[in-house]
Amino acid sequence: MNSWRSIWTIAKREVVGLFASPIAYVFIIIFLLLAGFFTFMVSNFFLRNEANLSSFFVWLPWLYLFLVPAVGMRMWSEERRLGTLELLLTMPIAPWHAIVGKFLASWLVVTIALFLTFPLVLTVNWLGNPDNGVILAGYFGGLLLAGTYLAVTALTSALTRSQVVSFIVSVVVCLFLILAGWPPVIDLLGRWAAPWLVEFVASFSVMTHFASIQKGVVDTRDLVFFLSIIVFCLFTTSVVLRMRRAG
Amino acid sequence: MIGVSNLRKQFGPKLAVDGISFSVEKGEVLGFLGPNGAGKSTTMRMITGFIPPDEGEVRVGSYNMLEQPIPARRLIGYLPENAPCYTDLTVLEFLNFSAELRGLYGEARRKAVARVAEMCFLENVLHQSVETLSKGYKHRTCFAQSLLHDPEVLILDEPTDGLDPNQKHEVRTLIRRMGEKKAIIFSTHILEEVEAVCTRAIIIDRGKIVANGTPDELKRRSPLAGRLTVKLAEGSAADVAKKLDALPEADGASVVSESPPVVTVQPRERDKPALAAAVSQLAARENWKLLDLHAEEGRLDDVFRSITLPDTTKNRS
Repeated sequence: MNSWRSIWTIAKREVVGLFASPIAYVFIIIFLLLAGFFTFMVSNFFLRNEANLSSFFVWLPWLYLFLVPAVGMRMWSEERRLGTLELLLTMPIAPWHAIVGKFLASWLVVTIALFLTFPLVLTVNWLGNPDNGVILAGYFGGLLLAGTYLAVTALTSALTRSQVVSFIVSVVVCLFLILAGWPPVIDLLGRWAAPWLVEFVASFSVMTHFASIQKGVVDTRDLVFFLSIIVFCLFTTSVVLRMRRAG
Repeated sequence: MIGVSNLRKQFGPKLAVDGISFSVEKGEVLGFLGPNGAGKSTTMRMITGFIPPDEGEVRVGSYNMLEQPIPARRLIGYLPENAPCYTDLTVLEFLNFSAELRGLYGEARRKAVARVAEMCFLENVLHQSVETLSKGYKHRTCFAQSLLHDPEVLILDEPTDGLDPNQKHEVRTLIRRMGEKKAIIFSTHILEEVEAVCTRAIIIDRGKIVANGTPDELKRRSPLAGRLTVKLAEGSAADVAKKLDALPEADGASVVSESPPVVTVQPRERDKPALAAAVSQLAARENWKLLDLHAEEGRLDDVFRSITLPDTTKNRS
């Protein structure tokens, strides 16, 4: 009960900070503009004549690759740069309250942006008869994807005082998570590697799991994959913060 | 209220804190002195639980900081070095946020924030963003944060750093007043502050406590302490010095100025007033017209210099 109150307080202040900075507005606007551009102009949404949102979801991992680390990069690095980490971690709260609170706040901003793409859903429903269950699953997958990227960024931002370093490192890590299961890479790998190895590498990819959720099947394995990366990264963040304090 | 025993902390090859032990009770204001890099901030960070010690124990109230950090931290108000604040919040938002983390909500929060805003003279800037505040206001905002829950223990790392003389005076008055009911530790470079505020002072150097006592006790350790200055209306300074030097209680006399003659005498036994009595008897015998006769109390900065080594010598050794 008290834990949730502390988490709520921290999340609230983080959201205020994100909107005041104004990273949140910039993120939401750029995300919507780019999502619209890729869906309609690059993927030719109207010419495809399909009543689904695959032309939007296919871009999501790539859009998030650059935009999500931009939201998360200040999470801990800013706290360390300002010295407020000392203030926060000497409050009568457990460090994980702060880690979870900050993570949820950034996730909320990304969720708001994703929610604001609802005109796409209205459009396909107006033009045709899409399977709204599949669309919902796609959005759910999108959220998990964003959460995974954010958790990676939380970890990298705890490692450094510099937001730029945090951004670059998390983009590289997230790029690896994408590329491990991207068809061109899998094909390349499949030419010389054993099938089990290809499968093993691909199982680390967000693409494989995001693609299967997008089909409308929310498999426990995919859920466990995303959630375990999130939990692992946040746990490692707490270890990093503790080690940094110990000197 | 605060008990620190045998604290030790190493950063890489550098032993930052080397076996520090002391305790502070309610009603005490402990001044923490020492050259830069002596281990003051590290010690305070270990007391507040920000840094875990390599060895040793920190007790706050009835809690052990390592074993029960959350209840222990509840008792502490902490002003870290350089007074960090969230620059993207307004003063009011920052204080509200800190109050909620301290478990104060609703009416209790409103009252606590109003109380500290008044104590720290922040009422005029409550709706201003912390980023736009001057250093003094920013400092007081962070100070206000440490007082929200009316803590029994206050740990203040250089609370007057960067303040103007008026603000310094206000903060010192505040610390002295609060010290009557709380256990306070504060670090400073300013020695006059120790005399003005502290009931006790600790000097640390290279991670070790080198002096621990009331400001008066420390001052008496000064090489100057107990030295008499004798000022006469007329006469030969050299002659006076010779006669003073001959006193059994004196340990050397030296001429400060010729006319009017001023001579200083060093006592043989520092803590005893015997020399002053002997000098006044001598003056009566010799029919000197005394204009001034006073004993030096000793100065803290002399004590500080004599027991801590400057950075330069440290690097050489």
